[in-house]
Amino acid sequence: MHLGITESGPVKGRRVAITGLGVVSCCGIGVGAFWEGLLGEQQQGERQVRDFNPLDWLGPKEARRLDKFAHYAIAASQMAFDDAASSSGTLDVAPEKAGVVISTGFGGLETFLEQVRIFNEKGAKRVSPFMIPMLMANAATASVSMRLGWTGPSENVVTACAAGTHGIAAAARMVASGRLDIAIGGGSEASIAPLTIAAFGNMTALSDDGMSRPFDKRRSGFVLGEGAGALVLEDLDHAHSRGAHVYAEISGAASTADAYHVTQPAPDARGAISCMELAIADAGLTASDIGQINAHGTSTPLNDLAESVAIHQVFGSPSPPVTSTKGITGHALGAAGAIEAVAIVLSIEKSLIPPTAGYEIEDSEIALDVVYGAARPWNPGHAISNSFGFGGHNGCLVISATS
Amino acid sequence: MSDDAIFEKLSQCAVDVLQVPPDKVVKEARFSDDLDADSLDLVELVMALEEAFGISVDESELDGIETVGEAYDLVKSKL
Repeated sequence: MHLGITESGPVKGRRVAITGLGVVSCCGIGVGAFWEGLLGEQQQGERQVRDFNPLDWLGPKEARRLDKFAHYAIAASQMAFDDAASSSGTLDVAPEKAGVVISTGFGGLETFLEQVRIFNEKGAKRVSPFMIPMLMANAATASVSMRLGWTGPSENVVTACAAGTHGIAAAARMVASGRLDIAIGGGSEASIAPLTIAAFGNMTALSDDGMSRPFDKRRSGFVLGEGAGALVLEDLDHAHSRGAHVYAEISGAASTADAYHVTQPAPDARGAISCMELAIADAGLTASDIGQINAHGTSTPLNDLAESVAIHQVFGSPSPPVTSTKGITGHALGAAGAIEAVAIVLSIEKSLIPPTAGYEIEDSEIALDVVYGAARPWNPGHAISNSFGFGGHNGCLVISATS
Repeated sequence: MSDDAIFEKLSQCAVDVLQVPPDKVVKEARFSDDLDADSLDLVELVMALEEAFGISVDESELDGIETVGEAYDLVKSKL
């Protein structure tokens, strides 16, 4: 990652190692179950997290004082922390040199809906004094920093469906710059509700049959998902000095805006193109170095077409292998980019690119090498993850096998 | 309502809101030190008591209420 550009060229930052992984998703809680889920069968309908008990991760009072999106964030962050600390039992970091950026799209929607109900049914005097600290979009990142006692920056980047990617990028940049030695970056979302289903449905954004089919000719919209992903990001030298396992590195990141329309991607895909190009340049690479694309690939007609235009423009033909894990996970909104970053790291660990579940029929307008049917072996190198959010926010991460 | 029933109901509210074990909710227990309750917890507890007993508690009446026993006396005085 670069820290800036001077007259003599880009200024390189410290290398950012990924030393811990945590994930809560509909297809599995924890990286082992999650990876098996990515290679498994696709469900139909909303992709809710099953068998999640907040009391596995939080005390009873803590659980009662936090919304579900914070429960997911704490669970994923604690898993990532424990993973990173597993070799030495400690992360060996000063509290002021450790920070958190857990993003979200909505925040505590379930809390908000419940308190609106109470307000309407029982009146103003019964509204919970905890409503605000539970629903605020920064509640998840705040709860993680409090839990760990980390006093470095604790922030949240709210960019709709790009939030998870931007969260990881922001955390990584703080490690690259030297502001932090260790950061947790990620995203969390728990906003599957009849109200959001109605709202996304009325936007015609949702799949009409509950099937997620990224890049497939029959795709008709996305399927709502939820969950959280968290990565422990660490100065590479710091990781080496404490003997930590290094899964991979965050080697580049970028953020751009379409500045075009609040929900539709720009038809020429200019924002997505520039974001991918900037992220690849940030990693000091060229497009031909990229060996895997974890696409935004929501399964909406417009997104997938625009993303394919962008990928074609940046990479030419044939494209690098492209997968969309949203066939399995659905679209977890502000958590999506973080869950997908975990998927890339695991694909580096396993030397396999997970397939795009739901993809069967080629769309003649989409000229991509879509990985589908079965996982495809690859020689782990550099992968790019794309996330595009309502508002025209684009985020890309380059994640690289460590050399 | 008997004194025991009042206390039982109050205790259940405290257990639900403060997520403490029932055996810690004794009349001598101090909300802040023994039951780990902060000011927002107490606001929520008062709401729960108002709901459970059908009473109304003014904020000014909470001055000096520091123990479970004092809360019990306040509730009882309103029934």
